Amino acid sequence: MHVTSGKNQADEGCIAMSSENEKDGQPSETAVASSEDDKSISKDETKSHEEKSTALSSDTPVSQRPVPQFEKSISDKIASKFGSKVSVDYVRANRIRVSTKKEDISDVAYFIRDELGYDHAESVSGVDYPDSKEIEVVYHLGSYTDEKLATQVLTLATRVPREEIPNPGKDSSRMTSLREVFYSVEFHERECFEMFGVYFEGHPDNRRLLLPEDWADIPPFRKDFKIKGR
Amino acid sequence: MTTQLPPGIQLEKVDDRIMTLNVGPQHPGSGHMRLIIKVDGDYIVSCDPDPGYVHRGEEKMAEYRNYIQNIPHLERPVIHDSSNILYPYCLATEELLGIEVPERAKYIRVIAAELNRCIYTLYWLAIYGIFLGHSTMFMWPAGDRELFIDLLEAMSGARVTHAYLVPGGVRNDLPANFEERCLRQVDYFEKRIKEYQAIFYKNPLLISRTEGTGVLSRTDAIRLGTTGSVLRASGVNFDIRKKEPYDVYENLDFETVVMKEGDSYARSYVPYLEMFESCRIIRDAIRKMPKSGSVRTKLKPNPKGGNDEVYKRVESGRGALGYYIVSNNRPEPYRVKISVGSFRNLICMPYLLKGELLGNMPAVYWSLNYWPVEADR
Amino acid sequence: MLKEFFNQETAPHATNVLVGKLGDILVRAVGKPLDYAINWGRIWSLWPVHLETACCSVEFGAASSPRYDVERFGIIEAFGSLRQCDLIVVMGTITRKMAPRLRMVYDQMPDPKYVIAMGACAITGGLYFDSYNVLPGIDGVLPVDIYVPGCPPRPETLIQGCMLLQEKIKRMKGA
Repeated sequence: MHVTSGKNQADEGCIAMSSENEKDGQPSETAVASSEDDKSISKDETKSHEEKSTALSSDTPVSQRPVPQFEKSISDKIASKFGSKVSVDYVRANRIRVSTKKEDISDVAYFIRDELGYDHAESVSGVDYPDSKEIEVVYHLGSYTDEKLATQVLTLATRVPREEIPNPGKDSSRMTSLREVFYSVEFHERECFEMFGVYFEGHPDNRRLLLPEDWADIPPFRKDFKIKGR
Repeated sequence: MTTQLPPGIQLEKVDDRIMTLNVGPQHPGSGHMRLIIKVDGDYIVSCDPDPGYVHRGEEKMAEYRNYIQNIPHLERPVIHDSSNILYPYCLATEELLGIEVPERAKYIRVIAAELNRCIYTLYWLAIYGIFLGHSTMFMWPAGDRELFIDLLEAMSGARVTHAYLVPGGVRNDLPANFEERCLRQVDYFEKRIKEYQAIFYKNPLLISRTEGTGVLSRTDAIRLGTTGSVLRASGVNFDIRKKEPYDVYENLDFETVVMKEGDSYARSYVPYLEMFESCRIIRDAIRKMPKSGSVRTKLKPNPKGGNDEVYKRVESGRGALGYYIVSNNRPEPYRVKISVGSFRNLICMPYLLKGELLGNMPAVYWSLNYWPVEADR
Repeated sequence: MLKEFFNQETAPHATNVLVGKLGDILVRAVGKPLDYAINWGRIWSLWPVHLETACCSVEFGAASSPRYDVERFGIIEAFGSLRQCDLIVVMGTITRKMAPRLRMVYDQMPDPKYVIAMGACAITGGLYFDSYNVLPGIDGVLPVDIYVPGCPPRPETLIQGCMLLQEKIKRMKGA
């Protein structure tokens, strides 16, 4: 038995919005311009769209931004301390990315915490690269104590080997946990362990966090885990 | 003699003194998660949070949809704060695709985000009231938030899931006479929430249950990497709207609310005071907003992201909310990671509940400004 | 017929037959009004379980707010034990971790019990049709009485769903 309310026009609008890419002639009394916008991004109307493509924005950033000075000074400190052990991937406004080998990550993290003043981790994410047989573990670090560093997010990345048939906790996908350095990574690393199968050595609590207790498949965020119908 | 146990069930050794309590998922004071609490008499010995009951794999789903198709399902984790959870996604996508946002759209986004922050805070406050057995405090905020829901419904067309912010601006322009209506409602709203002081924040019942419970010191708040109102209630002056202003927040006039106590009372008071700042921001934004102009930059169909990565964060109702998007020249993102405030504040739970009275558990737990659906993603 | 009552051997059987027939007449005469009375009591005191499963619980909360006030229709915002509840509103997505718990909660409720599936996720899986951790609807877990569509449904829609459930209970057998 289905319920339809006479008053839920807004709900129908909500559903129509959800499928923004499908061809929708969603009636919108408020603004005519908006419905044109909705059409212009829909897949089906590529042809009509190409004609007025001059007004469109390009796919990739056009101009290279200038390298900011303050961020450069931080990355220089890391580079001069560790030399060839680290590589500075990019320096942009408020964002620095440093990658290192998994053996050195603990030293680099201690340096970042004690000398540079970053004091907490915002997130720990994994990125799976099946082509190069590696999983990248990315730490986003920030600072509450240092006023100057408040805008900065330092990205510390490392790569661990990836195995075709994962056996979480027992195979070679493992690295040193940074929980001793940044206490706040505790739950993030647990999440990374179950979603990618990267085992963190020295982590006191490598248990399952979000997935069901009876999960018996490979870690779901790996690229070879396909979701249904795709 | 041993009886045959059903599969998956284990007998636990019973301790005479320490008892294990499963609080949730069906419990008036738990929300959508389980807390495994060990109690000694009336005192909590240890607490082990068990989230994941609403883990829907948003991040995996985002890898199969293009940048526009991702909008509806990425706002579902916090439907009553949907503008704020889409905000960093739009900022990140704009940086990846190289889109400029029109000036008017930036102001409209800020207004939508602040209205949504009030809606979120009031819902949170309503649930906090009913967790503490204060039914009036459920009814008042739950009724008052409908005012701002009406405003957002007029802006976007939907009651809670607005999908109003899109990469490149906002989906449609403001309705006619919106400015007047918004200012009128904000004035009324401010008058209403001032009355909460008398019935809730000066109520001896609330004070006795929250003052001095679950104290989080400043050093611990920093070490545990907490965020949002939990952090500001412990005396750290950190608000991304001030520290790393996005869109037009640097032009607007508001202040960060900081309290030093770090107990449950301060944690419940900070979001309340922030609603007044939100009202200030809305008034200021309406005054400074360009009166006309475009509100959305057009995108190419199936825009591709380039070989790049980006991390953008905003201040949501629950704290910092960051999107880490990696793209690899495809219309779909290669990896989307949502760093949410709720998940970051989850780590406080074992530390704050240890040594606390069991009866104060809901007061401490919900003061963490925690929304389980967002934490599980 | 009457002789059977006075005969020592057949008297017990004849008494049983008489009582059975009287019972039939009584059920026919009183049963329908009794059903009506019992169902009338059930309709106006539906106690929902406090089990939030996903984001639709926000709109369920809004439905009991002063503007919509679902208590007018006898749906009481329940914070009691499962043993007092007779309605379970499944508020949204059921994940694979939640499904066994949902069934466990349902099994602990006393009969009669009613199920409302609220939101697209509880009906078919909704937006999360291709997620690895979400069930495609709760039909495999619980017997559903009323489906309330929407993502999330507006409070009015939920109220209408509750009223439809009340209509349905009216026509059910009382005991």
